[in-house]
Amino acid sequence: MSEADPIIQIRGVTKRFGKHTAVDNVSLDIKSGEFFVLLGPSGCGKTTLLRMIAGFELPTEGQILIDGQDMAGIPPNKRPVNMVFQSYAVFPHMSVAENVGYGLKIAGVGRAERDERVREALQLVSLGGFEDRKPDQMSGGQRQRVALARSLVMRPKVLLLDEPLSALDAKLRAQMQFELSDLQDKVGITFVTVTHDQDEALSMASRIAVMNKGDIAQLASPSDLYEYPANRFVADFVGSVNVFEGKLTLDEPDRAAVECPGLGKVYLNHGVTGPHGADVWIALRPEKIYLHVPGEGKAIRAAGQDAPEDHNLARGVIKGMSYLGDITLYEIKLDNGAMIRVSRPNLSRHDQEHFTWDDRVSMHWRADSPVVLLG
Amino acid sequence: MALFARRPVAPLEYTRKTWMRLWVGATLVFLYAPLLVLMVFSFNDSKRNVAWKGFTLKYYEKALNNDTLVEALVNSLTIAALATVVSVILGALAGVMLWRFRFPLKGAVEGVMSLPIIVPEICMGVAMLIFFAKVDWPTDLPWPLNLSAITIAHITFCFPFVAMVVRSRMASFNREQEEAAKDLGASEWATFRDILLPHMKPGLVAGALLAFTLSLDDFVITFFTSGPDTITFPVKVYSMVRFSVTPEVNAASTILILLTIALTAVALKLQGVKGIAETH
Amino acid sequence: MSLQDWKQHRRPFAAIASAPLFWLVLFFLVPMGIVWLYSFGQNSGPADIAITGTLDNYKRATEWLYLSIFGKSLAVAALVTLICLIIGFPVAMAITFAAEKWRPWLLLAIMLPFWTNLLIRTYALMMLMGSNGYANRGLGALWDGASWLKTLVGLQPLEAWAPVPLLYNNFAVVLGLVYVHLPFMVLPLYSALDRLDKSLIEASLDLGAGHFRTLTKIVVPLAGPGIAAGVMITLIPALGAYLTPDLMGGTDSQMIANVIERQFKRANDWPFGAALSFLLIYAMFILVAIQSLRGDRKKEAR
Repeated sequence: MSEADPIIQIRGVTKRFGKHTAVDNVSLDIKSGEFFVLLGPSGCGKTTLLRMIAGFELPTEGQILIDGQDMAGIPPNKRPVNMVFQSYAVFPHMSVAENVGYGLKIAGVGRAERDERVREALQLVSLGGFEDRKPDQMSGGQRQRVALARSLVMRPKVLLLDEPLSALDAKLRAQMQFELSDLQDKVGITFVTVTHDQDEALSMASRIAVMNKGDIAQLASPSDLYEYPANRFVADFVGSVNVFEGKLTLDEPDRAAVECPGLGKVYLNHGVTGPHGADVWIALRPEKIYLHVPGEGKAIRAAGQDAPEDHNLARGVIKGMSYLGDITLYEIKLDNGAMIRVSRPNLSRHDQEHFTWDDRVSMHWRADSPVVLLG
Repeated sequence: MALFARRPVAPLEYTRKTWMRLWVGATLVFLYAPLLVLMVFSFNDSKRNVAWKGFTLKYYEKALNNDTLVEALVNSLTIAALATVVSVILGALAGVMLWRFRFPLKGAVEGVMSLPIIVPEICMGVAMLIFFAKVDWPTDLPWPLNLSAITIAHITFCFPFVAMVVRSRMASFNREQEEAAKDLGASEWATFRDILLPHMKPGLVAGALLAFTLSLDDFVITFFTSGPDTITFPVKVYSMVRFSVTPEVNAASTILILLTIALTAVALKLQGVKGIAETH
Repeated sequence: MSLQDWKQHRRPFAAIASAPLFWLVLFFLVPMGIVWLYSFGQNSGPADIAITGTLDNYKRATEWLYLSIFGKSLAVAALVTLICLIIGFPVAMAITFAAEKWRPWLLLAIMLPFWTNLLIRTYALMMLMGSNGYANRGLGALWDGASWLKTLVGLQPLEAWAPVPLLYNNFAVVLGLVYVHLPFMVLPLYSALDRLDKSLIEASLDLGAGHFRTLTKIVVPLAGPGIAAGVMITLIPALGAYLTPDLMGGTDSQMIANVIERQFKRANDWPFGAALSFLLIYAMFILVAIQSLRGDRKKEAR
């Protein structure tokens, strides 16, 4: 089997709970060796989808194949996947070694081999020497490592992780993000993770499926997801964004323009292939907007020359600012009344003092920054 | 499988497994069938509880014209009502005491408080019998004072239950609410009335229902405490069952079962089905 | 939030604590104390009891007759508890995993008999189990069915059905006690299972264990304290049961509570009855102590 073969194939899977449709006709392939993330707000169906792969929920319609084999009628204990639960589900009445060795014992692995594999697995998650501890003598982070080791020791084809980092504090979470990616590299097992945290998804995933109301809103790599969101939901859910309604006035292979009543004339240096005069939305990330003192802007932009004279420019008054340490976030009221968010890196210690409340400012952005959304 | 399942059974849906359903169904039949048969036969026009001979209300008429039976029922309800009122007050106080204060010998007090719950009924009954004999408790008082001994005995085994319910209810109380009320200017009494009491209320309702049922249900302790002239419903039914099994007992029992169901319905209305499930 | 020290709040403490403590002392501790004193006394007249400090009552209680009744009561209570556990555990499991909207109603269905008068329930059961009752008739129908099946395959039919005595024997006592105490067992089992994190069960299945293995290795060990509570809650009242053996038992199925009752209502030997009562109470204490010791050891192990 080559690396690119799908290890999991989800074909037209629907899951209904009574009248509520949790997962709505989803099809997707997960490739062998991927770090795949299901991202979405709570209630979007991502956990249900994960639990269907594990076998704890059964699809109302559709088919799930793991390694080419149809999983219908196969109970969770016979599937070649293992799961790390959101609450970790570490057995409180067993020691760490007993927890990690539980699955091997059931599989009938002999004592000597079992001990060896448990030791290896604990080493892998940096818990060497913790064999005899009880779960309630461990921190949340350590319990999670036990849960990881307990699943990895089974050498599953796919490891499923349900909100693996949600119960950890911010520092530990950042550290575990790196460790999980690292671990996945080391063991080469396909990881499928569910999360509602976009940072987590962007930092760990090789591919992300954003889910919304039981549907896949977009399936892409982290950078594509952020830079080329397919629709307003994804643009808004992944990162922070300014969205303006507008009409497509120009659309050629190498350029396009959109008239936004809120923002002004927006010029793009690529085509969008939408019908002329169509209603579209412009999404513009706060960090892609340059902020300057009025007058200064034109001069700076003149050097770039990537848009016609009166395009990709806006003016307004700062109505709010929040200093976040690494960046400062500005809320600016545009001259036509709309609000826009702009972020600016604090490149030097007193950078944030350049602009303050009620300052008049002008803004511009590059012609490849705005994203045109058709839906 | 095809009997019930329309869609496949997921791993944790134990309740949808057929043998599980049959098991639960059989258990419910075991619990309810005797009661249902008893109720049905209270309408049976036959002296013996064997074959159905036709519908009649005559045993109800007989039961309701049986003066001692009616008196026993009135006595039981009076005792239950009095015991409930006093038990709720004492139980609420005891529950708050244990929840709120640290005091010497607290562990011992808690232990003694739980004794009336675990000491066998027969031993409590014996103790009450000896106690009231020893202090020469008058037995020839006019109604309802002639019920005082039984009522006291009932309060003694009911109020620790109320205390337990109230205490576990109070455990979920956020003390910051109380501090917030005081911060906003409420006095000790106003805080109690406006903040603590409303939080305690579901516990009080549950405790009251529990006390009422326990009192109405009690046979053994009453059997030992009741004087020759004071008879309660369970004691009366006991002597009827002892001497003869007649449809009249069925009729009287059906009335009490319906009373229990009515009480349950009141509880359902007050607390909702979830509330009941949580408080017990 | 820490507790308030009574010394700093003497007046509210006195207002709250005095009434229940007073009641508990006067109407519980004092009566129990009198019973305890009587157990060291002897009859000195038709209505007089002298507390002489004698141990004769306890000595008499160790006679074979009474020891055997104690032993039998314990055996019956243990058997009843075991049967309740076997019946009740799957029921508690079913309630725990029932759909959200069904769960409270199922619980209610278990609790309703528990609220119904004990005497009435016992009577209802007696009615079914009489020699002409429905239980006997049902068995008779089964018997006839079996007989018919035998003739169908060409064998001799069974003898004619003779009603079996279902009442007034040890079997009736055990069945009656199971009937009465089943809800006591189901409710604590349910609350223990309900508290159990469901993902522990899923994790076990996920790691390859079957349902039976998950039950024995994960569910039962973790629901242990709840099972112990259910066992105690059933065992203690079953041990002290009076009404069921009195009404449903035969001459040989008296339990300890019936013997105690006889000392007071018929034999008029109060000191001996008091001694038996306290022996029963001590037995309860031992059971409770065993349970709390187990609990403590669990806590220490953590």
